[in-house]
Amino acid sequence: MEGSVAYDNDLNLKATELRLGLPGTHEEQQAVSSSTVRNNKRPNGESDARNETAPPPKAQIVGWPPIRSYRKNNSQPKKTESEGVGIYIKVSMDGAPYLRKIDLKVYSGYPELLQAVENMFKFTIGEYSEREGYKGSDYAPTYEDKDGDWMLVGDVPWEMFITSCKRLRIMKGSEARGLGCGV
Amino acid sequence: MQKKVACSFPDEVLEHVFSFIQSDKDRNAVSMVCKSWYEIERWCRRKIFIGNCYAVSPRMVIRRFPKVRSIELKGKPHFADFNLVPDGWGGYVLPWIAEMAGAYPWLEEIRLKRMVVTDECLELIAKSFKNFKVLVLFSCEGFSTDGLAAIAASCMNLRELDLRDSDVDDLGGHWLSHFPETYTSLVSLNSSCLGSDEVSLSALERLVGRCTNLRTLRLNRAVPLDKIANILGRAPQLVDFGTGTYGADLQSDVFSSLAGAFSSCKELRSLSGFWDVVPAYLPAIYPVCSRLTSLNLSYVTIQSPDLVKLLRHCPSLQRLLVLDYIEDSGLEALSSSCKDLQELRVFPSDPFGEEPNVSLTEQGLVSVCLACPKLQSVLYFCRRMSNVALVTIAQNCPNLTRFRLCIIEPRTADFLTLEPLDVGFGAIVEHCKDLRRLSLSGLLTDRVFEYIGRYAKKLEMLSVAFAGESDLGLHHVLSGCESLRKLEIRDCPFGDKALLANASKLETMRSLWMSSCAVSFGACKLLGQKMPRLNVEVIDESGPPDSRPDSCPVDKLYIYRSVAGPRFDMPPFVWTMDEDSALQVHALHVAEYNRKPDWIGVGTYEESIQGLRAKMPFVLYLAELSNTSQCSSQPLLSGDTTLTPPRPLLRLPIETLESDDKTQRSKEGKYMIKMRYSMNPTICFEIRPISTRSFPGV
Repeated sequence: MEGSVAYDNDLNLKATELRLGLPGTHEEQQAVSSSTVRNNKRPNGESDARNETAPPPKAQIVGWPPIRSYRKNNSQPKKTESEGVGIYIKVSMDGAPYLRKIDLKVYSGYPELLQAVENMFKFTIGEYSEREGYKGSDYAPTYEDKDGDWMLVGDVPWEMFITSCKRLRIMKGSEARGLGCGV
Repeated sequence: MQKKVACSFPDEVLEHVFSFIQSDKDRNAVSMVCKSWYEIERWCRRKIFIGNCYAVSPRMVIRRFPKVRSIELKGKPHFADFNLVPDGWGGYVLPWIAEMAGAYPWLEEIRLKRMVVTDECLELIAKSFKNFKVLVLFSCEGFSTDGLAAIAASCMNLRELDLRDSDVDDLGGHWLSHFPETYTSLVSLNSSCLGSDEVSLSALERLVGRCTNLRTLRLNRAVPLDKIANILGRAPQLVDFGTGTYGADLQSDVFSSLAGAFSSCKELRSLSGFWDVVPAYLPAIYPVCSRLTSLNLSYVTIQSPDLVKLLRHCPSLQRLLVLDYIEDSGLEALSSSCKDLQELRVFPSDPFGEEPNVSLTEQGLVSVCLACPKLQSVLYFCRRMSNVALVTIAQNCPNLTRFRLCIIEPRTADFLTLEPLDVGFGAIVEHCKDLRRLSLSGLLTDRVFEYIGRYAKKLEMLSVAFAGESDLGLHHVLSGCESLRKLEIRDCPFGDKALLANASKLETMRSLWMSSCAVSFGACKLLGQKMPRLNVEVIDESGPPDSRPDSCPVDKLYIYRSVAGPRFDMPPFVWTMDEDSALQVHALHVAEYNRKPDWIGVGTYEESIQGLRAKMPFVLYLAELSNTSQCSSQPLLSGDTTLTPPRPLLRLPIETLESDDKTQRSKEGKYMIKMRYSMNPTICFEIRPISTRSFPGV
């Protein structure tokens, strides 16, 4: 792929330009008032899952990304009257470059939740025991509760868990093992 | 001198020969050979495609082609799909239907895309065309299921009713029961866009049962999973089936009857629908999977492993629509299972989320392109891309005809090198010599347009957003892309220079859309004045563009070629830059009574418009529909702009100008008011505001 034109930002078009206007018509252009948002993010799509602070909320651009409205409308799950609002929390895994969001209300207990999380991130959690935490793998599912403490998933009764869980984090390695020790 | 060959055949012979020529391009070429061929051809043209309903008027079409049986019309610009075209912009089909009702009583097929269709239109269709067979309303709006009921009740020969992606006011499922019990001709029904929770299941089942030629049936979400078995049982000959909701509590008897129903559908090749999927029910479709060529899972919110399990059963798949839950790993699996894949569309599950929620990157697309040699059409939403990935795609898929890539964050650079993606897209246009449609995204300089102008010789449609650096970019495209028909641009720094320098190119294209760019009002006016065969329309909801300096950029610009002159149904926020803008007419907002306007008024002349803007009732006086310019004093029609909601003007064809003297309402029927335009008045009329009095007929 050869670039034959040495492109120069200062190329002066006026000299060679073809116009329909009468000579002398000026062509100053005002600053573009665009519907875009000036955003200062690095043009790198990856995000750091360990980043604890939330990025500043972005204003939505009209008509972007280009998705048709029927698709936006139809892919929302239909809310049944009994359901009400779900409990959405973010799930992150150490080493994975993406976050997930899940609705805790969808699950009826810890086994279902952990199964789903295993499927999402394609790993296995070990077996849970009250004394030793999760044995049998390098991962431990932890969550941050309302008080800001990091707890091991499974320690509290399920109902208490879903009301106090703020977010989920699958820890890896020594940190994970540390959580299980000590009673 | 030798007699010309063309004259030596009788007309009937030529007509018979022409009947084998179906494509529009070829038909047009035939009509240009000589006068007699033009004449013969126009009398035997049965099918018309009009890519822009404002490029020509119904009367012109009817005058040239008196015996049309099938018409296809498109209305709004493509960017209307993404809410960039304000409501009320236009695209009304009623004037067309009304004219054709008189001129084409044997019309069989109407296909519309992005047009405003009202119940009145549907009723008119039902009433006017005795042999009506096909109605396709693709991304249309403005009608309700009442209109559909009218079609169902009257069109005895209806074969196809396809409402795909339309915005329908769904008043419940009773419209289906308007198909008479004697009606059995349905071949294709797509009502998947209907949104009401109500559906008349028994009417649906009976309809399906008695229409033994039914091949396509796409249900709407309201149809529950446990009804599918019953429906399929009545239509085992189906080729294309769209489920409704595909989720319910798992019950083994429901599952087994579902699986049984699917296995008896030996002709089934295409599946869609699948709202609210419960994964445990998916294996019910396994019996048909090996024969499936098309699968739309774009509403299926299940994770990659479950998707892969399903796709492994579908080795014959040619077309797949799926959400990005499939992830790179799922696409890799797809590429090894589905070697016949021709079309892939991957939609974002969380398009407005700030972080990626799935592991879908450029790798997924690359793996499909490497392994699926027949891939032709791609629509891919992702969050990162690289030049090297695009080059790989280009080199391995030289047969791509449609490539639409949407990197969700505007102006995203190559994630590996942080450079623009010019080289990558350049490779696409260089290697994919048959590329007809391209959508760009990511960080792009003018360079990519240089490549496009140089290589994309077969490109017909280009979509550009947040790209380019200067007018040079636009100039490359307009001067280089020989086959370009549609160009749509948003949020790019393109201004007047390239547009004015390539003005004549615009006459070779169907349309150009530019929004949030840098084109000045002055340039728009210049273009409008210099190019009489172009309609240059400025859309600006913040007020008349001439209240600002000429150098101010316009908000939105839509330019299209037309032989019909400027249109008359523009809403107040659309301005035409036509030469005769001094005589410009804006559509009046007219009253609508119970969705069936008994009268329609038309506005003209500045002073009258003043009165209307003050929202006063008015009376419209009409002259005869003839070549005389005599104005009668018979009040013919009246309207009331104080009523809400106001509706834009619709033009209907006139048969007679009779009016009921007592109530001063026009008789029900077809009628037309033409506007005074370009010094060639067909009808003179004026509007006089009425200060106080009760309104006749109200």
